[in-house]
Amino acid sequence: MKRYFILGTVALFFCFTPSGETPTKPSAKVKADADNGGLVLPKGFGGLVVSEGVGKARHIAVGANGDIFVRLSKLKDGKGTVVLKDENGDGKSDASSAFGNFAGTGIALTDKYLYASSDTSVVRYAMKNGSVDEASKETIVTGLELYGEHGTKSIALDDKGHLYVTFGAPSNACQEKNRTKGSKGMDPCPILDWHGGVWQFDANRKNQKHADGLRYATGIRNIVGLDWNKATGELYAMQHGRDQLTTLYPEMYNPEQSAELPSEEFLLLKKGSDFGWPYCYHDRFQSKKVLAPEYGGDGKVQARCEGKDKPIMAFPAHWAPNALLFYTGNQFPARYKNGAFICFHGSWNRAPLKQGGYFVAFVPFKDGKPSGDYEVFAEGFAGGPEIKQPNDAKARPMGLAQGPDGSLFITDSVKGKVWRVIHQ
Amino acid sequence: MKNNILIFPLFLAGILCFSWKEMPENQGVSFLKTNAVPDSGKIIYETYCLACHQEDGSGVPNMNPPLVQTEWVLGDSTRLINVILKGLKETEINGDSYSNEMPAHDFLTDKQIAEVLTYVRSNFGNKASGIKEEDVRKVRAKK
Ligand code: HEC
Repeated sequence: MKRYFILGTVALFFCFTPSGETPTKPSAKVKADADNGGLVLPKGFGGLVVSEGVGKARHIAVGANGDIFVRLSKLKDGKGTVVLKDENGDGKSDASSAFGNFAGTGIALTDKYLYASSDTSVVRYAMKNGSVDEASKETIVTGLELYGEHGTKSIALDDKGHLYVTFGAPSNACQEKNRTKGSKGMDPCPILDWHGGVWQFDANRKNQKHADGLRYATGIRNIVGLDWNKATGELYAMQHGRDQLTTLYPEMYNPEQSAELPSEEFLLLKKGSDFGWPYCYHDRFQSKKVLAPEYGGDGKVQARCEGKDKPIMAFPAHWAPNALLFYTGNQFPARYKNGAFICFHGSWNRAPLKQGGYFVAFVPFKDGKPSGDYEVFAEGFAGGPEIKQPNDAKARPMGLAQGPDGSLFITDSVKGKVWRVIHQ
Repeated sequence: MKNNILIFPLFLAGILCFSWKEMPENQGVSFLKTNAVPDSGKIIYETYCLACHQEDGSGVPNMNPPLVQTEWVLGDSTRLINVILKGLKETEINGDSYSNEMPAHDFLTDKQIAEVLTYVRSNFGNKASGIKEEDVRKVRAKK
C-alpha cells in the first residue's frame, strides 16, 4: 500500500510537469454521497449513486456530453437501452428515456455512432449532437444463432474500423451431453467452428452474417468483458472458466478443489490465438494449462495443452468477470492510467462453499502487461461480508464505462443501480 | 517424537475416511440413515442439484431458476419427474428466462429421483405431496 502511495505521488508529480497531462477534475457540483453510495473505495476516491435502478442492467457507455447509455438484459416498458441525463450537473440522473425494442448486453460508443448488440445481432445508430438518432438505425451483424448458455454478445471496436463480437460456447466443456455426468468430451469439439471465440467484423458494413466475420481468437469458453487497449493497440478479454469439476468428476475433485479451479483468465487476444477450451483449463496453483477430465486429464497432465496460449493473469475461479475497461482518463492518480478495471459479477459455482467476486478490481499495467497483483478497487455491492447464495446479493457489479472527465461508471445487474466513482 | 503424536491421529482419520469411501454406495447411505443424519433426498440434492439451484433452492438470477414455489415444483408430478429424467431448456419459469440448461439426470435410480423430488417439494418453503418410487418408474417406462 505504502509503496503504491509513493509510486502514486511520484507519478502525480510527473503529471504536473509540462510533458504530462493535466488531471481533469469532476465539476465542483459533483460530490460523493455521504456513504459513497454504499461502496468501499480506496482512499481519495468517492462514490455516488447516479440512478437507483434502471432495470436488469448490462454494459454501459457514457457520451462526451455526459449522457449515460445502459443496455438491459430484459426489456423495460418494451425498450432495451436506457438513457440517463444529468441536467443540473450534480452527477445524479434527473431525466431518463429509453429506445430500441431489443434487449442485450453489448454497447460501444464513438463520436459518430452508438453500437448495441442483442443475442442475435449488432446494430448501430448515428449520434446527432450527442443524442442517438433512432431513425438512422443500421444493422451491422445479423441472423446470429439464438442460444441460451453463454449466448450474450459483448462488443468492442478497434481503431482500424473493426468490430469484435464474442460468441460464447453453448456448453460447459463440450461434452456429448452438456453438464451430464459420465458424458465424454467431443473430439474434435465441433462447437469451435462457430462459437467459443471472438469474431472480427467490418464495423462499417451492413448486414454481415456470422460467416462474413473472421474467427479472430478461439478456444475460449465464454467472454463477457472485453476492451480494446488504445495504448497498445491490442484486444484484451476476460474468460469465464468452466464449471462443475466436482459434480462431473467427484472421484477426482472435491468441492473445495472445484470451488478453486480453474482460473478465470485475463487474455491478450491476437489474431489466431487459441486458449485451449474445451480440451484444457488453467490451474493457477500449478501455473499451467492442464488437460480437462472430459479429454482424459487427471488434473496434472498437460498433453496437447502445452502449446496453448496462456493468460496474462489468472484469477480465482468462478468470479465471473463481466466487464473490462482500460482507463485512459486523467482524473484518477497517474498509476491508474492505462491500467485495467475488471467487474467481477460474483460466483455461483463455488457452492456449497461461500461465494466470491462481487467487486471491481484494478490491475496496474506497464507496457501492455500487468505490472502488479490485482487490487480490490470497489466493493460493498452485495451487502454483507459474505454471500452464500447469489440471490442474496443486493447488487452485482456488471458493466464499466469511463466518463468524459475520467470518472468511472459501474452498473449493477440486479436492479440496475448506476454508480459514479470520482477522485477528490 | 512430537511429530508422531500429531501424525498418528491424522493417519487414523485417513484410514477411517478411506474405508468409508470404499463402502458400496447403498451401505454408505444406510450407514448415514441409522445415525439419523439428514435424509437421503437431501444428500442427493447436495450431490447433484445444489451447485446450480443453491443450498436454499434460490437458484442463480438469469442462469438457474429457483425451486421455491414454482409451478414446476408444486404442480403436476409427471411433468416434474420428466424434468429430472429428460432435462429442460429455454423454458420460461414464473415469467423469467434462464440461460443455463437443466441436464437430464436419468442416471439416478427411480428411488433416488423420488427421494430428491420429495426433498425439494417439502423444503425451501414448498409444501407439496411426496413423489413415490413407483411414480418415477411409471414415467420412466413411458419415455
Ligand atoms: C447444470 C445446472 C443444473 C443442475 C445440476 C440441476 N439443474 Fe434443475 N434446472 C437448471 C436450469 C438451467 C433449469 C431451467 C431450464 C429452462 O429454463 O428451461 C432447471 C429447471 C429445474 C426445474 C423446473 C423449474 C423450476 O425452477 O421449478 C426443477 C424442478 C429442477 N430444475 C430440479 C432439479 C433437481 C432436483 C436437480 C438435481 C437432481 C437439478 N435440477 C439439477 C439447472 C440445473
